[in-house]
Amino acid sequence: MSNGYDLSASQFSPEGRVFQVEYAAKAVERSGTSIGLRGGDGVVLAVEKLVNSPLFENDSGRRIFTVDTNIGMAVAGLTADGYALADIARQEAANHRQQFGSPITVNHMCERISAYMHAYTLFGSARPFGVSITLGGWDEIFGAQLFKIEPSGKSFGYFACASGKGEQQAKTEMEKYKFVDMPLENLVQSAGRIIQLAHNEAKDKGFCFEMGLVGKDTAGLHCINPEPWLSLAVQAGLEALHEEDEDSDD
Amino acid sequence: MDALDFLETPISTGTTIMAVEFEGGVVIGADSRTSAGSFVANRVTDKLTRITDHIYCCRSGSAADTQAIADIVAYSLDYHENQTGQPATVLEAASEFRNFCYNYRSSLLAAMIVAGWDEKLGGQVYSVPLGGMLVREACAIGGSGSSYIYGFVKEHYKPNMPLEDCVEFVKKAVKHAIFRDTASGGVVRIGILTREGFERRLFFNTESGESVVQNTLELKVE
Repeated sequence: MSNGYDLSASQFSPEGRVFQVEYAAKAVERSGTSIGLRGGDGVVLAVEKLVNSPLFENDSGRRIFTVDTNIGMAVAGLTADGYALADIARQEAANHRQQFGSPITVNHMCERISAYMHAYTLFGSARPFGVSITLGGWDEIFGAQLFKIEPSGKSFGYFACASGKGEQQAKTEMEKYKFVDMPLENLVQSAGRIIQLAHNEAKDKGFCFEMGLVGKDTAGLHCINPEPWLSLAVQAGLEALHEEDEDSDD
Repeated sequence: MDALDFLETPISTGTTIMAVEFEGGVVIGADSRTSAGSFVANRVTDKLTRITDHIYCCRSGSAADTQAIADIVAYSLDYHENQTGQPATVLEAASEFRNFCYNYRSSLLAAMIVAGWDEKLGGQVYSVPLGGMLVREACAIGGSGSSYIYGFVKEHYKPNMPLEDCVEFVKKAVKHAIFRDTASGGVVRIGILTREGFERRLFFNTESGESVVQNTLELKVE
């Protein structure tokens, strides 16, 4: 099908497709699910961290990063690519503060990272980033903001978004709710629920739940795995699991 | 060579500049003399330079340096506004000025006062003196003429004055500086920046501030 037009990002196929970018998206589809939910006064980022071995420490293989005091970033896809982009995002935030004396806004940060990722889809000498980036932030003026950036460099603002293995499952679950006015506690519980339901126990044995949270209740600071919300989320996940089990008793 | 020294004298805005915060905006003021040594190169200079519709700067020091810096910062901020989709804040403008003035401090002779209005913090005045410091002040004075009015300003400044009092205060202060500083002179140019935008006022060296020259054409600047 791709017939030699998929060797570098600097080649279009006769149908007008850039296969390297599409393949990058496939890398994202193979990763553990990541979701973002935008509520009334806060944003929740959650990740299904697939653990291959009990030898790993609990907090290793981190997929959620703080890129500015009030902005968090979740990664789905090639985690190493995600690390590099997290550093780029941190530099953007710091440079903006230095140049303009004030913090970067979430939508501006999104545009900067999108442009950066897009640049890597233009040349044959480099490959595109194999990640989808979910950016979540909160500030006094714009409130809660949620964006997702795809490997092509395309980005959208969302009420709720999902990437990775359980993307479809997660989206189906998300469409049942209206997150826009949800208080933080319910938002966090929804996140726990959705990740649990998106997880496929048959294919992937065991996962670790990781969560990033920023909003009015965290004083505008992005926190990773904060209590008491982490426990609420994990609990809600377990309850969702039992609901499923009950259903299957028939 | 002595006879051609005038070619070498730097053109400076030996100046009086001033900016004051009030409820709802800022009032900025300056004299109108550009000197090259003892020669008055321009007696009707406009030292209140637009950066954006809501942010202006008062220029003192080398005329060439300050004009160049103001142009560069205005360009940069315009691009920034385009990228963010938001009007620039006064702090963003002042930070740009500071970064430029600090990084090129050994080559520049520029002391600016950046003043304006934005939605986030309202009226703000920032001083960016010679070395590239940045400090917010409710009432800032600058230029060679400012030395003569520190006492006047200390005595007569009150925080949060109403607009007309502010204008009167700035006008008097600049007038006093012009009186004693040979490098300051001409008219007193005043600017008012609020949510609505920029408004100019002009005061001559007469009792009322009005012009006494008859049969002149009045040029309105929209």
